[in-house]
Amino acid sequence: MEESGKISLELCFGTTCFVMGASKLQDIESFIPPQYKNKVDVKAHTCLDLCKNSTYMKAPFVKIDGEIISEATVEKVIQAIERKING
Amino acid sequence: MDNSNTTHLKREVLVRLIKAYINQEMKELYKLPFEMRPKNAEVPYRCCIYKERAILRQRAIAGLGLSVETDDEMTSLTQYGQQAIDREKPDEEILTVVETACKGCVPSRVYVTELCQGCVARPCVSTCKFGAIQIKDGKSVIDGEKCKNCGMCMNVCPYSAIVRLKVPCEDACPVGAITKNENGHAEIDFDKCISCGACVGACPFAAVHEKSQVIDVLKQMKAGKKVVAMLAPSVVGQLPVSINKIAQGLIKAGFDEVFEVAYGADVTARTEAVDFKERMEEGHEFMTTSCCAAYNELVDKHIPEMKPFRSETRTPMHYTAQIVKERYPDSVAVFIGPCVAKRKEAQKDEYTDYVMNFEEMGALFVALNIEVAHLEDYQFADVASKEGKNFAVTGGVAESVKVALKDFPELFPTCVNGLNPKSVRDLKNWAKKGQCPEGNLIEIMACEGGCVAGSACLNNKRITTKKVQEYANAAQCINDLPDIELKASK
Repeated sequence: MEESGKISLELCFGTTCFVMGASKLQDIESFIPPQYKNKVDVKAHTCLDLCKNSTYMKAPFVKIDGEIISEATVEKVIQAIERKING
Repeated sequence: MDNSNTTHLKREVLVRLIKAYINQEMKELYKLPFEMRPKNAEVPYRCCIYKERAILRQRAIAGLGLSVETDDEMTSLTQYGQQAIDREKPDEEILTVVETACKGCVPSRVYVTELCQGCVARPCVSTCKFGAIQIKDGKSVIDGEKCKNCGMCMNVCPYSAIVRLKVPCEDACPVGAITKNENGHAEIDFDKCISCGACVGACPFAAVHEKSQVIDVLKQMKAGKKVVAMLAPSVVGQLPVSINKIAQGLIKAGFDEVFEVAYGADVTARTEAVDFKERMEEGHEFMTTSCCAAYNELVDKHIPEMKPFRSETRTPMHYTAQIVKERYPDSVAVFIGPCVAKRKEAQKDEYTDYVMNFEEMGALFVALNIEVAHLEDYQFADVASKEGKNFAVTGGVAESVKVALKDFPELFPTCVNGLNPKSVRDLKNWAKKGQCPEGNLIEIMACEGGCVAGSACLNNKRITTKKVQEYANAAQCINDLPDIELKASK
């Protein structure tokens, strides 16, 4: 959780993540349900360095409050946000 | 079609193949399906792990540039890998259907769903000219023997209860070249196929693959040849960095030089402008552009009447490759683009040796762990114009001819934005009549939106269109740049 009390959503747009599907996450903000929008802080990174170990096949990576989601899709990310908010 | 799951699978296979080649582990290729779906792994998509492995094995065959159609299922991936290494040139047919991945969709037909309310008016029954609809147990039922799939009943149903079941690949093909065979699986008729790639993008099971030439390109690098990459104008925005960084990534991956195909597009624009002016002065009714490889195949295979109206101008890829070969006679010229049809064009082109698509370029970066954002900017040796850089977006080609013509008030450009059964019918009509009511310079793009909508793109066309235009707008006008001198074409 950020100091602001918001959930931190970090997207990786490094080459590996982008090629393996992060391009689909570029519009993620428009998929966040309106009631949660002001509760999520979205940050884009050039590379989160998660692909550097041998698990690169699990890209694209996303971090939600530091927790890593691998093979991230819009659905997975939105579900994780809802889980965080609703406990 | 935008599908993360299927693109992920295709790309993961490519990454593994490239890694195997580079790390000299081609002998271990037979393990690929097992490494992607190890014992007790989750089965995300299909009925069982064995089916998933069988599909992955066949995807790898396509990734090695070989036909899945002739797979005897006994030959191991290691043996296929050796075949890929041993071949002198890529296969002539450029697409292959991964039969195990093909769902064998139910044949396309009109179908009454359970939403039928069994109404009293029964407009479906009275509208059907073929007497194919009867009421059974209070609901409409279509007799498949009599139904001609006209869809009239769909249009009159007050509950929208009647639908057309589609076969996505058949539905997307503008020329009826892909149909289901007697086993219910998709099969491509290569005599009809125009290599537009519509089926590749449309299949929700990603069963249609391009035969990759990536091993062939890596082999040329390994042999110590000077390998030159020619980047299609649509590359701008495919990754979230500048084209200069993408080009530098290619250098890091083993290419010796990188050219912008937009530079060759300037030759196309100027040549086409001269061609157009001459034709109009000779009293021709209209001229079509000739830079879209799928359109060129459409004319050659299906609309020969259009040949006299098609510009004689060669494509940006051709001119770029000619420039490459004039400058470096012993080099290997590799076109990198989003397009299936370019593979076919390259086979006939005197100067282009190989074609890679953007997915393969991306897979190459992943396999070699190249983070393009961290690289310095590559400096292109040649300066391409705004107009050449805009070839990737619908309307860009016609606009380039218009600008290159300078003052020519008799020019009325129009665009065929995407090949589909209707636009193919229009083109046939114009060719037959020798007249086009829409304009006298017709730009044809097989993909709706232009090359940025090609089937092997990494980023969505809404974003790349904007990026291509921004990049083009920062460049000089074609008329402010010097002419490009070429030796006579072979």
